[in-house]
Amino acid sequence: MIRVRLIHNRVALLLAAVTVVAALALPFLGFAPNRLLSGKAIALSAAAGGGWSAAALLPVALLLAVPFLRAGRMVNALYTGAGALAAAGLVWLAGQHAALLAATASPAARTSFAAGFWVMEAAALLAVLDGVRRLGLGPAGRVAVGALAAALIGGQFAAGHLDQLSIMKEYANQRDVFAGAVLRHAALVAAALLPTLLIGVPLGIAAQRSPAVGRLVFPVLNVVQTIPSIALFGLLLAPLSALAAAFPGLGIGGVGPVPAVIALTLYSLLPIARNTAAGLAGVPEPVREAARGIGMTPRQVFWRVEAPLALPVFLSGLRITLVQAVGLAAVAALIGAGGLGAIMFQGLFANALDLVLLGAVPVILLAVAADAALKLASALALSRLGRMAA
Amino acid sequence: MRGALTVLLTDRLILGLLVLAALVLGMPALKPLFAATFPALDRPMYEADGFLALTLDHLALAGGASLIAALLGGAAGIAVTRPFGREFRGVLDAVAAMGQTFPPVAVLAVSVPVLGFGPPPALIALTLYGLLPIVENTVAGLESVPEPVREAARGMGMGPGAMLWRVELPLAAPVILAGVRTAAVVNLGTAAIASTVGAKTLGLPIIVGLNGSNPAYVIQGAVIVAALAVVLDAGFDRLAARLTRWRPGAA
Repeated sequence: MIRVRLIHNRVALLLAAVTVVAALALPFLGFAPNRLLSGKAIALSAAAGGGWSAAALLPVALLLAVPFLRAGRMVNALYTGAGALAAAGLVWLAGQHAALLAATASPAARTSFAAGFWVMEAAALLAVLDGVRRLGLGPAGRVAVGALAAALIGGQFAAGHLDQLSIMKEYANQRDVFAGAVLRHAALVAAALLPTLLIGVPLGIAAQRSPAVGRLVFPVLNVVQTIPSIALFGLLLAPLSALAAAFPGLGIGGVGPVPAVIALTLYSLLPIARNTAAGLAGVPEPVREAARGIGMTPRQVFWRVEAPLALPVFLSGLRITLVQAVGLAAVAALIGAGGLGAIMFQGLFANALDLVLLGAVPVILLAVAADAALKLASALALSRLGRMAA
Repeated sequence: MRGALTVLLTDRLILGLLVLAALVLGMPALKPLFAATFPALDRPMYEADGFLALTLDHLALAGGASLIAALLGGAAGIAVTRPFGREFRGVLDAVAAMGQTFPPVAVLAVSVPVLGFGPPPALIALTLYGLLPIVENTVAGLESVPEPVREAARGMGMGPGAMLWRVELPLAAPVILAGVRTAAVVNLGTAAIASTVGAKTLGLPIIVGLNGSNPAYVIQGAVIVAALAVVLDAGFDRLAARLTRWRPGAA
């Protein structure tokens, strides 16, 4: 008996179903007379209706067909590509309709993404994620596909196609503040990274060489890690303001960037020290002995054998540290450290939702970028080790 | 034999609970201390809300989100390790790995434009975030069950349901619990920040204090949140020890 298989990709089928429901039942955009009023809903059919705009939805239609195509490399490539193009097309359509609306509305009017956009955009990006996995791409290929999708969407931002969307209007208002906030955010993370590496790496090495050090250090760092950031900022407030009162010339205070960097460093020490120790502990003893056997000094054994072998695990600790620090630096805005968190919380306190997105979305993008960069570095370090062994 | 007092003073969980209870209930009694430490403040004690009510609301938000996430995440993790759901495994893994790079505070903030202000959107944001480590660990825990163990269970005549409940889940429990722990720890901290999106939690005295330059408020909120975190950590340590104590080689 021949059984004809109709569905070849059930993940794509689920994403297609979600996309259809979102397209029909949820508003695609919201249109409000100004930034404080809530808007009226605009359906996808209204946004895409008329003229050539609907062509932007072509990749979405392709995505809907994928579940019924016989799975193979070509179909998976189509799946991935259509996902990336659909993600970009939805953004393009939103920008296009916002520009259309802006031509007839007052300058204070705001067009913003609504639930239907977010759901369809998420489905398109999940299709990319699933497609990349089905294609079996390595880390470099994954980063390349991610960079392509980012370029397709980022290019529209850069070209000004999205200027009439509310988040970009907010950006235009905050342009100078925004650039400073991104720099400040990165500076906070970098300022915490330096002492973290200077203290954490020697601590990790010491913990690996002497278990007593590990038993002393790791429980303390573990407790610090469990204390919520906002509480640690608060607890640092008292001793640091006392210190500031005692030594006014020091420039230290309970609020501002200095306590933020101290707290970020305290949180960052654990992953760095733990992964330094774990990386070194993973070096096989016979390898060390062989290195000593060919006459290497302890210093040479460390730099030429142990350090390269421990590097991938160390880099994974650095990745955890960086991703965590990007998020913690956003919370640090509450104690006046500045950065993107300041924009985000300003929006939350003033009920200005576009401002919230302008602060929060770049925080997410920074974290994802740090994660991708360090994953790539780990993969490169590993493949270098593989070549050395070969 | 150890005396009752020694047990009290050496048990981190009991000691933590006692300190937490003393702080939550006795904070108003510390007013003279805060007044003496911060003589410049007109109001050295946060009195707009009771600390007990804030603590309970905090626990309801963080605990409720962790519980829902544990149920949904556990179910999703089980589903993608069964034959009918295996196709979804890869994309779920990828989402869980990628989603955990999103800073929780940013996820909480983004939930406001999408879902609105107040406790329910905060609960949804915390639940979604909590799902990720739980799904990841449920899948990892179930995958770590050795194939010979599964075969032995099949050989004894167990069906898929009995095998899941009596073999796979008990063996995976410590790893699943570790995921729930990660979610609970993150949610406890994010619930404090949820005071900025309209949910009343222990973060409220901290935020009010920071905005109004009242360090006493900040310290009162921060001390209770920190005590809560220490108790949570000790509680999960206890649970984890209980789950693994029957294993060979476990203390």
